[in-house]
Amino acid sequence: MLQAWVIVLASLAYLGILFAIAWYADRRADTGRSLIANPVVYALSLGVYCTTWTYYGSVGRAAANGIGFLPIYLGPTLLFALAGFVLHKMIRVAKANRITSIADFVASRYGKSQLLGGMVTVIAVVGVIPYIALQLKAVSNSFAILTSYPQIIMPATAGAVPILQDSALYVAMILAVFTILFGTRHLDATERHEGMVAAIAVESMVKLIAFLAVGIFVVWGMHDGVGDIFARAATVPEVARRLATADSPAAYGTWGTLVFLSLFAALLLPRQFQIAVVENVDVSHLRRAVWMFPFYLFLINLFVLPVALAGLLHFPAGTVDADTFVLTLPMAHQHEALALFVYIGGLSAATGMVIVETIALSTMVCNDLVMPLLLRLRWLGLAARADLSGLLLEIRRWAIAIILGLGYLYFRVAGEAYALVSIGLISFAAVAQFAPVVIGGLFWKGGTRDGALAGLAGGFALWTYTLLLPSFAKSGWLPDGFIAHGLFGIELLRPQHLFGLSGLDEITHCLVWSLLVNLGAYIGVSLQRVPNVREARQATLFVGGTEAAASPNWRGSAGVTDLLPLAGRFLGRERAEEAFSRHAQQRGLRSLHELPADARLVSFAETLLAGAIGSASARAMVASVVTEEPLGLDEVMNILDEASQVRAYTRELEQKSLELTRATTDLREANARLRELDRMKDDFISSVTHELRTPLTSIRAFSEMLHEDPKIDLPQRTRFLGIIVSEAVRLSRLINQILDLAKLESGRAEWTVAAVDVGEVIREAAESLTVLFAEKHVALEFDVKEQGLTVVADRDRLMQVMVNLLSNALKFVPTDSGRVKVGAGATANEVRVSVTDNGPGIQAEDQEVIFDKFRQGSATTDVLTDKPQGTGLGLPISRQIIEYFNGRLWVESTPGAGARFVFTLPRQAGDNESVPQGDARLQSTGPGEGAHNKLSRGVA
Amino acid sequence: MIRSRLTAQRLAFLFLLGCFFFNYPLLSVFNRSGDFFGMPPLYAWLMGSWLALIAQMAWVVERRGD
Repeated sequence: MLQAWVIVLASLAYLGILFAIAWYADRRADTGRSLIANPVVYALSLGVYCTTWTYYGSVGRAAANGIGFLPIYLGPTLLFALAGFVLHKMIRVAKANRITSIADFVASRYGKSQLLGGMVTVIAVVGVIPYIALQLKAVSNSFAILTSYPQIIMPATAGAVPILQDSALYVAMILAVFTILFGTRHLDATERHEGMVAAIAVESMVKLIAFLAVGIFVVWGMHDGVGDIFARAATVPEVARRLATADSPAAYGTWGTLVFLSLFAALLLPRQFQIAVVENVDVSHLRRAVWMFPFYLFLINLFVLPVALAGLLHFPAGTVDADTFVLTLPMAHQHEALALFVYIGGLSAATGMVIVETIALSTMVCNDLVMPLLLRLRWLGLAARADLSGLLLEIRRWAIAIILGLGYLYFRVAGEAYALVSIGLISFAAVAQFAPVVIGGLFWKGGTRDGALAGLAGGFALWTYTLLLPSFAKSGWLPDGFIAHGLFGIELLRPQHLFGLSGLDEITHCLVWSLLVNLGAYIGVSLQRVPNVREARQATLFVGGTEAAASPNWRGSAGVTDLLPLAGRFLGRERAEEAFSRHAQQRGLRSLHELPADARLVSFAETLLAGAIGSASARAMVASVVTEEPLGLDEVMNILDEASQVRAYTRELEQKSLELTRATTDLREANARLRELDRMKDDFISSVTHELRTPLTSIRAFSEMLHEDPKIDLPQRTRFLGIIVSEAVRLSRLINQILDLAKLESGRAEWTVAAVDVGEVIREAAESLTVLFAEKHVALEFDVKEQGLTVVADRDRLMQVMVNLLSNALKFVPTDSGRVKVGAGATANEVRVSVTDNGPGIQAEDQEVIFDKFRQGSATTDVLTDKPQGTGLGLPISRQIIEYFNGRLWVESTPGAGARFVFTLPRQAGDNESVPQGDARLQSTGPGEGAHNKLSRGVA
Repeated sequence: MIRSRLTAQRLAFLFLLGCFFFNYPLLSVFNRSGDFFGMPPLYAWLMGSWLALIAQMAWVVERRGD
């Protein structure tokens, strides 16, 4: 039944089903109903970690050294225990920066360096090729064994058969075609492959079920449970040895090495990075995967040791390769269907690994190796080509074919020298070289591009020398002399005992040296200088791990007209337009043509392109259309300067603010003063109008009486007219005084300044008032010195003051018994004049008030009869005049004992220097002479 | 996913526990011939502690309330 054509047909049918699943999942994804947006699918797709190494190789490894197969699965379990710190951060960073592969991740982290991306790609391709060879070997071996059914014949050694009859070649070719169909049908900006992930999840199920089926068959079909197998094994000394590991420090060392090596591999293998990070739909799916993926590993390892022991017990030693026990045990018991199912399970394990690995590698080769090189070759004119999306797919297809070709080549050259697991470990050791730059890049901001380059180069060189080249030598492809005697015959340089280090297995030996050099160079070289601006920025994005930090890092700009065609060349015009429109929508614009030419748009275009051609190439391409001024040290210094200037401005502002507060307080006070003055002016005006109205009222009243009643007799008429005349005089006097006061206050009064004899002025004033004094029978006494009373003043004004004071005194002294005494004397530099009366005196609180306008002492009101005595302006005017000539006017009084008004004026010093400042105003235009004359006359 | 720092720290604690479980010197305790429910002690220990660790990881990430 199991003829070759049946097996081939079954294989092709299985691959066809996978393809259909992938196609369906892609269709679902296009309509927005993703099949893989599910934590269980995510956890299952992570099962791509289990390849034919696990499927066939683990049993082989267990048959050779018992439990020693297990560390490869304990490591990933531990990795997922660290998911919260490492994987979670990695996925978030990758999503924020549109990372498409591990090469992209490293290149992007260290300042988007194309060189670094290229180096990671080379290491990944070279490192993973043995791993791909492993898959080819396993599939072609299982095919060969199955076709020889019912006999169990080990296939001929690889390389012994002519190339065209080698089934591995055809396996490689079919896988290449299948992968190309799977992974490179179209170009996606995010570089995600929904269909592929769905197919991988199904494959994970298939291989797990197939392996469990074999395990159940072996444990319960062939034996009486696990205990039975162990019991039987214990009786055969040759087999019992496998039940415990060798109890030596080296064995435990190897064990520990493998645990941590696999921990790194589960994170850093290109296919693991692809599935766990790039294809992750939602970072929350990681929660379920934390336990589900380790549990998957647990299940697939559950029957490894029992199957291995059963195989050892069943087959005579050395007849059957332990790597094939999974397949040969069912065959030996004539279970054809199970054998075919097991073969399909193995095919699943192999295809899953090859598809994801080569797609991931082809993306890296295309984005980080070939495109940067092609874009640099100006003669190809690629940078100017309209549509490059076809070219990108073409490059990826060729990359897939070439990688599988190299895998086949390695299989032909070195495949037979090692067991499956040993080949795989070579690849593990290669990708472990990424650990320092990736893990360090996630948690240490100090790493630089140079450090990463040095670390990777050093680690890779040592891996090549201590592990890869010996694997070639052992298979006879290289002369093996350098293994035994060292390069150039130098013992210290023996690849597997470098510098005399021995006692370790080759993997541990390689890791000790390569990681030592790798880590040392990475840290040592990084510490040579501080990270430059771009490195520091990327470090913040990766170590800080916040998407919010993804501010535009372009300081130049370019418009839609430049960026859209650029993106269109790599993504295809329609896809590019779609993406730009979405971006426009997100920014609340109606169409993509409204997008402003700003740094944000450039950043968007760069991220979009990064999905298709990698971050380093995307940066280079966008730079070709953007006129960017790179953020140089000078500009950073400028920014810092600006910052300090801002601080200075702030200080200035604070000072200004303080000054303003002070000014506000001043203004408020000034305002209060102004209000007070305004109120005083209002009071003044109302007083003036009141004072003016009183004489007007009586004039009007008597005039109306005369006018209306012509029969009033003459004496009465004469009396009325007398009142009218005196009231009119009073009115004009009042008006004159107001005008006078206004002039004095505004400084526009006219002054005739000359030497004046005060005694003469006193006499003259008294003379003019003699009649009034006589009428009231008031005695006027004089005590005036004859000499030295000369002052510099305006004679008429001084007269006005004197008349004022005298008439004022006259007003308040009692009739008949009143006495007014005028005194005048001189001191060394001033003339002193006093007018003393025996009136009622002035209250202490009134002694200043009486000098205010329209204010009269309370004592005056007491004696007021029906008419106000005086205008209340005389004293204020007098004080203005005296003060104008630098003198003082005040009153001394005790209530009930009369009052004494005193003024002083500076004596004339014999020259004109004591002439007051008002001199300058003498020439100013003032009221006419008439007004002036009236003034002097009218004070009484 | 692992939103709470507490969850991440609990997992990290399990990581350290796992490192201890799966390595020398604890392994040497079980690395001897003998019989443990019909299984070699080392095999029983590794598979048992591995499963226990996975169960604890599941409990840590799936529990509600924090």
